[in-house]
Amino acid sequence: MKLFQRSEFYLLVLIALICIFITSQNPNFLTLQNIYGVLRSASVNGIFAVGVLFVLILGGTPDVSFPAIAQVTQYVAVLALIAIGGGNIALAFAIAIVLGAVMGALNGIIIQVFRVTTIVVTIATFNLYFGMLYVLSRGDVLFEVPRPFHDFGGTLLFAREGANGAVYGLSLLPVLWLAVMIAGWFILRRTMLGRSIFAMGGDEVSAVRIGVNTFAVRLFVFAFVGALAGVAGIAHASLVLSAIPNSIVGVELEVIAAVVLGGASLFGGKGTVTGAMLGVLLFAILRNGLVLLNISSYWYDVTIGVAIILGMSANAWQQLRARRNQVHVAVEGEAPR
Amino acid sequence: MQPYLQLDGISKSFAGVHALVDVDLTVNSGEILCLMGENGSGKSTLIKIVSGVQPQDSGTIRVEGQEVHDATTAEMIRHGIQVIYQDLSLMPNLTVAENIAMARTIREGRRLVNWGQMRQIAQEAMDRIGARIDPDATVGDLPVGLQQMVAICRAFTSDLRLLILDEPTASLNRTEIEHLLALVREMRGRGIAIIFITHKIDEVIDVADRVTCLRDGRNVGSLTGGDLTYDRIVALMTGREVVPVPFVARIDPTQAPVLSVRNLTKRHNFADVTFDLYPGEILGIAGLLGSGRTEIAKALFGFAPADSGEIRIGGKMQPIRNVREAVEAGIAYVPENRLTEGLFLQKAVGDNLVSNVIDDLTGGGILIDEERKAAMVTQWIDALSIKVADPSAPVRSLSGGNQQRVVIGKWLTRRPKVLILNGPTVGVDIAAKAYIYEIVHNLAHEGAGVILISDEAPEIVNNSNRILLVRGGRVQRELETRQTSAQDLHRMVAAS
Repeated sequence: MKLFQRSEFYLLVLIALICIFITSQNPNFLTLQNIYGVLRSASVNGIFAVGVLFVLILGGTPDVSFPAIAQVTQYVAVLALIAIGGGNIALAFAIAIVLGAVMGALNGIIIQVFRVTTIVVTIATFNLYFGMLYVLSRGDVLFEVPRPFHDFGGTLLFAREGANGAVYGLSLLPVLWLAVMIAGWFILRRTMLGRSIFAMGGDEVSAVRIGVNTFAVRLFVFAFVGALAGVAGIAHASLVLSAIPNSIVGVELEVIAAVVLGGASLFGGKGTVTGAMLGVLLFAILRNGLVLLNISSYWYDVTIGVAIILGMSANAWQQLRARRNQVHVAVEGEAPR
Repeated sequence: MQPYLQLDGISKSFAGVHALVDVDLTVNSGEILCLMGENGSGKSTLIKIVSGVQPQDSGTIRVEGQEVHDATTAEMIRHGIQVIYQDLSLMPNLTVAENIAMARTIREGRRLVNWGQMRQIAQEAMDRIGARIDPDATVGDLPVGLQQMVAICRAFTSDLRLLILDEPTASLNRTEIEHLLALVREMRGRGIAIIFITHKIDEVIDVADRVTCLRDGRNVGSLTGGDLTYDRIVALMTGREVVPVPFVARIDPTQAPVLSVRNLTKRHNFADVTFDLYPGEILGIAGLLGSGRTEIAKALFGFAPADSGEIRIGGKMQPIRNVREAVEAGIAYVPENRLTEGLFLQKAVGDNLVSNVIDDLTGGGILIDEERKAAMVTQWIDALSIKVADPSAPVRSLSGGNQQRVVIGKWLTRRPKVLILNGPTVGVDIAAKAYIYEIVHNLAHEGAGVILISDEAPEIVNNSNRILLVRGGRVQRELETRQTSAQDLHRMVAAS
């Protein structure tokens, strides 16, 4: 596909325009320190976005339960590390990934067996998981997370001293996000499993007929989303250095919107990791821009709404133009284009 | 010689309804067997059993003399049996190369994708049947004819021994059909057994070595050699002789045209289309797919309005900028693809029939007068002889012929001045076709103007009084049907 026909291209242009505008108003935007900060704050949603992308490609409405899974796995992992008095971050990730995969797989099993749409099933499991967390934790906030979370969240690459004496550098969270994106890209582009996800998103009946094991593929996708939610949960705990039972839920629509803005189809079979990344970055830059421009954060939702409409319109306009210029009939005597 | 596939005494019933009763069937390697039968005669069930999608209740399947027990799809593919489904079973979002190669890479249990190898597998399959399609094109962007080539190429990625084609020509234009039939003959030459399912009798006569016919789930006999004639085949299918009734127009020469089109033009679609349609007329439009015939119809119905030109209804200027204006002007359109464009498939037969006259049924209010609706539904079900036990049954449960009657009926409720029919009998069996023609003839006799667009020359010649030959988006010629034979028309269309 030609570059200018891709929704990623329009998103990139939109991001560039916004960056130019913010920089013109506040040159601090384009400093390394600020860019590192934007990347760090975008990481959790960025990791979620890869999972959301997989579900959208598989087709049949988005998953909305991932924030609840992240919330539960984060809480359990933090509790576990507190209980053993330390441990290390790898153990936290392992617990969150395994638990998240199991919780996600349950979504997949219900969807496959009962043939219910994803959004309905995941609204149910969202409430189930989130509710259980509240019941079992009694809403207790874990204000202090064990040492390994501080270490992981505080590690900085390319660290240097800023003008005001504060040390800044690239956090490990964007690195983790990058790793997740590379894994996602590899699965989608380079494995038969990934192509089977696309095949099911294109036409599930046809996929069955060419031998795709739809149950296995669906189970993988939802377990993968759950595992990524676990990863995001740990990343989030390392970022905010606490485990609050309701600190993640609520991001689901924003993440889904970011991925759709990045070119993923709500009807399945279409979407890229790059697009999902750009969608998440757009929102993170907007949020950051409002801070730098001294605009009330209440305006954030408004700008998000405008950004989605702009992004969608650019995309739709491009498709409309392509359709208008399509030659249905080679009319005799008509001047060629 | 031992047949490649031999079925003995196959029976299958669904919920007590017999779909297949004691069916015997054989196909030899290097033979083209045409399987015929009206809608609901059991052809699809038979295919599903042969391809391992569904098990038979009783009877045996033998492949090269060996009995196959509990056949699965994978096992039948290993035996070299492949089906080209009517819906093609392609993934529209994937590339040509992937669509062709994926089944094989899955079968081989690969885990990683080698794009170069995928393209190579696809290229080899395409070379084998002489298809030239860009392997990197997205399948959904291709015309249906090429999509079908992709599906056939996919069958060639395995050791193909028996190819089953389920109504492969239903959505192809004439050039594409000729290409396909040539390909099928060539496969026969290589010793591949072929089961070819179609409703089109001229194709059967053209390509078949043998015809086997199902009726009500039973094999009612086969024809070969010199017995493969139109009349013998129709008699075998229907159990009786069906004589087509040619249309004879009754036009009052003093009446003004119901529809006048002057210099209608739409960029990249058609140009300078000019014609008149008189009340009581059926005007045939003949032309290849891509000649602009469908585009003209869509413009008249406001679906894709023209850029310039004049349309008059009953002598009055009538701009048509959208579907609503066309409908209010009294134009009705029965589309090519009734399943996606013409019907609410999940909805009741009755609801579909009245869906165009809901405003009349509410009498200006917001509630539907259920009594009037029921009366109207009963009236139209009777008038069109729609076979349905209960008008609240969903349309999708009907056979193709009955579905088509519902689509036409939906428009007849509005008493249209102009009815445009685009491929009205595609996928409809012979007996049901005769009913549809009768309905259309009657409508014309009652004073409506009818435009009939069709791929089938005999259909146009039998059911029109005038014919427009369309090519390259322009009306090339106007023919009097009386002076045109189906062969002539076929030749003129093919030459265009």
